[in-house]
Amino acid sequence: MEIAAVFLPLAAAFIAGFFGRIIGDRGAHVVTCTAVVVAALISCVLFWQVAFLHQPRTIELFTWIDSGALEVSWALRVDTLTAIMLVVVNGVSAMVHLYSIGYMHHDRHQPRFFAYLSLFTFFMLMLVTSDNLVQMYFGWEGVGVASYLLINFWYEKPSANNAAMKAFLVNRVGDFGFALGIFAVFLIFGSVEFDTIFAAAPAQAQTTISFLWFEGHALTIACLLLFMGAMGKSAQLGLHTWLPDAMEGPTPVSALIHAATMVTAGVFMVARLSPIFEYAPTALMVVTVVGALTAFVAATIGFTQFDIKRVIAYSTMSQLGYMFFALGVSAYSAAIFHLMTHAFFKALLFLGAGSVIHAMSDEQDMRRMGGLADKIKVTYWMMWIGSLALAGIGIPGVIGFAGFYSKDIILEAAYADHTWFGMLAFWLGIVAAFLTAFYSWRLLIMTFNGAPRADAKTVAHVHESPWIMLGPLVVLAVGSVLAGAVFYGSFVGHHSHEFWGKAIFVLPENDTVEAAHHVPFWVPWAPLVVALSGIGTAYWMYQIRPEMPARIQAQFAPLHAFFYNRWYFDQLYDAVFVRPARWLGFELWKKGDGAVIDAFGPDGLAALTREAAARSVRLQTGYVYHYAFAMVLGVVALIAWFWLAN
Amino acid sequence: MTVPSLLPALPEIFLACSAMALLMVGVFRGEGSTRLVSVLSVVALLVTAALVLGAGSERTVTFNGQFVADRFSAFMKVLVLIGSALSLIVAMDHLEREQIDRFEYPVLILFATLGMLMMVSANDLVAVYVGLETQSLALYVLAAFRRDHARSSEAGLKYFVLGALSSGILLYGMSLVYGFAGTTSFDGLARLFGHGSVPSVGLVVGLVFVAAGIAFKISAVPFHMWTPDVYEGAPTPVTTFFAAAPKIAAVALFIRVLTEPFGGLAHQWQQIVWVTALGSMLLGAFAAIGQTNIKRLMAYSSIGNVGYALVGLAAGNENGVQGVMIYMAVYLFMTVGSFTIVLCMQKDGRSVEDIADLKGLSRTHPLLALAMAVFMFSMAGIPPLAGFFSKLYVFLGAIEAGLYVLAVLGVLSSVVSAFYYLRIVKLMYFDEPVVALDRPIGMGATAVLAGTTLFTLLFIVFQTPIVAGAATAATSLLAR
Repeated sequence: MEIAAVFLPLAAAFIAGFFGRIIGDRGAHVVTCTAVVVAALISCVLFWQVAFLHQPRTIELFTWIDSGALEVSWALRVDTLTAIMLVVVNGVSAMVHLYSIGYMHHDRHQPRFFAYLSLFTFFMLMLVTSDNLVQMYFGWEGVGVASYLLINFWYEKPSANNAAMKAFLVNRVGDFGFALGIFAVFLIFGSVEFDTIFAAAPAQAQTTISFLWFEGHALTIACLLLFMGAMGKSAQLGLHTWLPDAMEGPTPVSALIHAATMVTAGVFMVARLSPIFEYAPTALMVVTVVGALTAFVAATIGFTQFDIKRVIAYSTMSQLGYMFFALGVSAYSAAIFHLMTHAFFKALLFLGAGSVIHAMSDEQDMRRMGGLADKIKVTYWMMWIGSLALAGIGIPGVIGFAGFYSKDIILEAAYADHTWFGMLAFWLGIVAAFLTAFYSWRLLIMTFNGAPRADAKTVAHVHESPWIMLGPLVVLAVGSVLAGAVFYGSFVGHHSHEFWGKAIFVLPENDTVEAAHHVPFWVPWAPLVVALSGIGTAYWMYQIRPEMPARIQAQFAPLHAFFYNRWYFDQLYDAVFVRPARWLGFELWKKGDGAVIDAFGPDGLAALTREAAARSVRLQTGYVYHYAFAMVLGVVALIAWFWLAN
Repeated sequence: MTVPSLLPALPEIFLACSAMALLMVGVFRGEGSTRLVSVLSVVALLVTAALVLGAGSERTVTFNGQFVADRFSAFMKVLVLIGSALSLIVAMDHLEREQIDRFEYPVLILFATLGMLMMVSANDLVAVYVGLETQSLALYVLAAFRRDHARSSEAGLKYFVLGALSSGILLYGMSLVYGFAGTTSFDGLARLFGHGSVPSVGLVVGLVFVAAGIAFKISAVPFHMWTPDVYEGAPTPVTTFFAAAPKIAAVALFIRVLTEPFGGLAHQWQQIVWVTALGSMLLGAFAAIGQTNIKRLMAYSSIGNVGYALVGLAAGNENGVQGVMIYMAVYLFMTVGSFTIVLCMQKDGRSVEDIADLKGLSRTHPLLALAMAVFMFSMAGIPPLAGFFSKLYVFLGAIEAGLYVLAVLGVLSSVVSAFYYLRIVKLMYFDEPVVALDRPIGMGATAVLAGTTLFTLLFIVFQTPIVAGAATAATSLLAR
């Protein structure tokens, strides 16, 4: 059953990828959707068995590498953490597959698209089911490749090409750290198997290793390196620049890969490695600070953008920041809880945005939208539900949307950590919550309310999406409404210890989730208050006084420009890394390769060969006496050679 | 006087008798009997091959030590006979088209083949000379077979004059050896040099002359100059034959002469072989690039191939000799196959020989182009084709003997030669056809082409018997 859940998508990808021309678009739809839907249903059963009947298991497939002390096997490790990820990955993937049938129906390369989607699903499953770091790295790189392929799906577009390369290259930086982290783990523990590492972690808590020029705390160094990988994959501040650009890919891809699953791989990885991170408090501090800053910075950028997908992309980055500072304050369960609820409502928002884009004939700029509420009613309400969940609306202690439960527990845990970085995270999180609500309603109002700002032709063409697209939206909306309320008790409530089993590990003195239930009464209410005020501000600025944004923008022009230009990260990286690298590459190409290697190598040798050929042809005069002379000369030369050689 | 045992020489005796009988058939049935004589000649060659294979495998010497039959001679004789038979099969249609189908042609091939078998089995310098001349005289006539054609006559004359010179060099070398050693018998010479004593200067000079004489026959640099002119001028079926059978026989002779009687002087002759091998590889690689005529190109290609074969001989060890034998076996099939395609190059009933005429062959004759591509890739040494393995074995021998420089230069020159092989593939597959070649290409050619292509393609699968046979043959020669 576990094998089916993981390998069905691979089989489907294989069939759709290599036989797509034979089975056609319809065949590719049927094969991939069936496989992923079945995998999703199996995942639900597994989740039930593992998380509620407490039957975690590890299935050894076969040995992969056996070299000296290094032994790596292919295995499927299914515990509560994995089971949650299985449901999220396969569930969202199934919805996205179905949705794509409608969204992509104009495209000429559908089998390729579905093959990539299924392939991505497989790699993601490989990542979450691994029981060692090397297999995880395999899945990690695999999702990177699938992401590259899917961002670049419309490969005729230069912008898609650039975005795909950027995503791949920025991720390489993180992956480099991840790889180093794996080496460090192997150096410290002599193994890459999770069970071995986790068992040995307490014993290694005081070990030091030398790294670069200094001697440092071994686990901290390893964890920071591993976290570098997580930063790349999960678009944390510093290595985040690829995520907004990745929106060049088709919208279902953004929903699946760049919102719900792949970008959360970093969160999953840190949670999975919680038994090591717990013994590296410095690393946890770094995780918290980076996460909190990301949540804040991304939100500030998000509320100035006009591209509907970019707004949601920055929102994703911001929410990932929440997850990371939750991890940083040892609230792993809260982070995973938010990961799950976020997967529902962010996939919902992206697919809803896709539905809008679909209706608007591929228009993505919100300045040219408006007045769509009546024309695409279902999409409108779905986006409302998604936004409510994202903003975290609910009444503490009573009821709320999914995001309300997970975001609140994160903020409470940060508060309950009682450290300076916990407090920093809490306050930045509160500000980010305000901004989140603000930009969500800014998006809703700009897109759906007011007068239409598009040209007449586009407006006339606006139509509700088919049910194959709306169906997944409804399913995800149900999840966005209920997931929080249903699973709160299990994930972070009073049954959480039985629920998680040994999947995550928290030192008793770090148990912030438990402490979160005993914070002052105003802490749970603060996020709600700021969220509601964010909604109110947005409503006032964009609905009641539409001329306000322009005035405020003029008033704070430098600040707006700073936010609008994404804190100048891209410009900075361009100046510091990209241009020098391009310059170096260009110089090496023109001077090093062209002028030196080519001139003396291929070109020079070719010219030399041509010359030699011409000369040796000229030897052949056609006169017998020349030939005879050559023979006699040859004999003489051989004898002479003979004498010289001896 | 007792009659020597004739049994070891049974294949040769049978071949000699059938050649004379077929000559009679031709004479008495007159013109128009060519096809019959040709078919019977092929049968005779195949029967001879069967006799060779059927003979006992242990070494036997007869005719007072003049003649030897062992595993090595059996292996090489079979190759020679296959080469003669294949080139005769593909020649028939072509000769008829060109109206030079005289019955002397197959008979001459039989006599030449007889001479080659003698060369392979020679166990005395005098026997070597007799075999070599039997072969050469027939070959001179064959080269000028199209006697009303200036180029063919020129080819025959050049070959004869230069061949005579080389015979003179060879004979002079033999007389020097005899003068200084007092014997012409291989066994006697081997005993003389077996003690590690320092040879006299005269002997060494004689050895160099003998080697030069044989090097002419295998067209190794610097005794190769006749090859391009003769290959181009002679009728294409004759060129096919030249490139196949006599090369193998001469290489076999070279191996036997150097390893058996002069085995004790290995250190001395290795230097000569080293130089000629390198020269042949380089010249074969570079000079072929400038060619426009496919037959001339193949001539340089064969010079280069001989160079690679000599690399194995230069190694002088069992692996090297085994490598040479495998190399010649693979070379035989690749060469006959490629020349069969050259034989098929006809436009409006006239033979054409320009490389440019192959342009766009893949569209007009896809299978022919595919076969040619297989041969070219194989000659360039691309795995998993036969040509890769033959080069591999030769270079393995060289590496084992410590001839690193030669091996590296050999590999590099094979890179250069890949250029002109691949250019042919490029012409066939990527250029526009000018005028389509005629079709069909005839039964015999089709069968030979299919066989040689399959051999080249599937050598990787069926190489074990050939490799094992070459290994035991090399052992029988060297481990005495």
